[in-house]
Amino acid sequence: MNSLSFALAHTLPELILVCGALVLLMMGAYKGTKGDWIISELAIAILGIAFLTLFTKLDGKALIWDGAFVDDAYARFMKGLALVGALVSLLLSREYMAREKIDQFEFPVLILLSTTGMLMLISAQNLIGLYLGLELMSLALYVVAAFHRDNVRASEAGLKYFVLGSLSSGMLLYGSSLLYGFAGTVSFAGIAEALKGGASLGVIFALVFVLAGLAFKMSLVPFHMWTPDVYEGAPTPVTAFFASAPKMAAVAITVRIIITAFPAVTMQWQQIIVFIALLSMALGSFAAIGQTNLKRLMAYSSIGHMGFAMVGLVPGTQAGVYGVLIYMAIYLTMTLGTFAALLSMRIGDRYVETIADLAGLSRSRGTMAFFVAMMMLSLAGIPPLAGFFAKLYVFQPAIQAGFYWLAIIGVLLSVVSTFYYLRIVKVIYFDEPAAEFSPVHREVTGVLWVASLLVLLFWVWPSPVLDAASAAARSLF
Amino acid sequence: MDIGLNQYLIVAAMLFTLGVLGIILNRKNIIVILMSIELILLSVNINLVAFSTFLGDLTGQIFSLLILTVAAAEAAIGLAVLVTYFRNRGSIAVEDINVMKG
Repeated sequence: MNSLSFALAHTLPELILVCGALVLLMMGAYKGTKGDWIISELAIAILGIAFLTLFTKLDGKALIWDGAFVDDAYARFMKGLALVGALVSLLLSREYMAREKIDQFEFPVLILLSTTGMLMLISAQNLIGLYLGLELMSLALYVVAAFHRDNVRASEAGLKYFVLGSLSSGMLLYGSSLLYGFAGTVSFAGIAEALKGGASLGVIFALVFVLAGLAFKMSLVPFHMWTPDVYEGAPTPVTAFFASAPKMAAVAITVRIIITAFPAVTMQWQQIIVFIALLSMALGSFAAIGQTNLKRLMAYSSIGHMGFAMVGLVPGTQAGVYGVLIYMAIYLTMTLGTFAALLSMRIGDRYVETIADLAGLSRSRGTMAFFVAMMMLSLAGIPPLAGFFAKLYVFQPAIQAGFYWLAIIGVLLSVVSTFYYLRIVKVIYFDEPAAEFSPVHREVTGVLWVASLLVLLFWVWPSPVLDAASAAARSLF
Repeated sequence: MDIGLNQYLIVAAMLFTLGVLGIILNRKNIIVILMSIELILLSVNINLVAFSTFLGDLTGQIFSLLILTVAAAEAAIGLAVLVTYFRNRGSIAVEDINVMKG
């Protein structure tokens, strides 16, 4: 195999997404503004094909495009998660978009482009690749957040996300420029090599800026301000997308850059990650207590979950990365399931948005109520549901590395967060029914069924996820 | 006095700080925020080009060209979002962006 076809074979998912997005854009442009459902059906098919190409047997680790792009088991695992997140969000979006009369063909195209950015970001192996992937992902996300053009809350969400997102990518860039100056190279491996002799103050400064920019994308405290507003304002399927796919990409690149570029400054980045993980877990647990809007509550819940995932990164070991990967896979399932539940409940001609809307769900829709309750208990981390194992796999390596106090605080904060998840269960099962729920399309409830069964039965056969995560974690070291 | 790497870095750091302060302190107009964002990106470019010259390595200059391109796309998207916001709200004053709180 010559070098070009070798490189193309290793970038197949990205190529499929880019070509697919361009073709769909053309089709949409010639067919008129309302692309029916055909464009989003094709977009789902493209994401599915890209996902399947991840399983082609390509050997080991390939460093291509002049060392800017890497294809290894780690990248393939996280790309799989990002693609599933995008695919399922698109599946959830179709009925909602049609009902809200915003089913323009640009939406699936933007999702495809944003997903391409995520894949590039996950595979980035130098600072330029990191920046370009991040921007390709974010620029599409800014537009998607404001996709409901005639809605004041959606456009405000888009504006807030844009301003804070640009500020964060500016910080990331400033850090990158300093790193380039002090290390003399932009490649992660080169930076690790240059830092071996001991890091100067400038490098620590750069590290803080880079991590601040990335923490913003993961919505970690103190860079979380945008999350509740954007989650609440954006259309619900877009919120589902925000909570799933971009988080996967941001966590993937954070873990990669910390493990491959900064092993020489472990002391320094550990302090930063411990700090933001603690703050995120605390804010996610306490700030969600007073919320009445379900989307806003999910925003605080995702801030908390990102904090828990970062606990696994703190030891900086292979077992820790393994925990983070499992956490992300389970978090993805729980988030998509919860948003599928939100999108499958309608009262009259509006979608359920507040906790009070769920009152008495168990009486009118028994199965649905059970699934939502299981989802909430799993988010809280109650055994034997999947959410419990997610927390187990991140706290274990932290304890092994001697971070007892961090694990103890984490478990205590997880108990606090159980309060607001249980409150939803209580409203569903013990409150008087408020209104009649109207039926929705089958595919949304289908997603809820699949996600719930995965969460409920994870303990029966976890080995596919565990094996893939273990191979992925190994390829990073 | 010789102008060395330090002078360039100090100018870039000052521009960066001005840009961040422009976003944080500005209470009037979102257009000013867009300008501050440009200022931040340009300060990074000064950093990169200065490092590139003093290291004798072209990567930094290529990086800065890519940043210029992305900054143009970012400004276009920012203005587009701003226009939809203005059509819905009838104002682009920073203190009016408060439909959602909490």
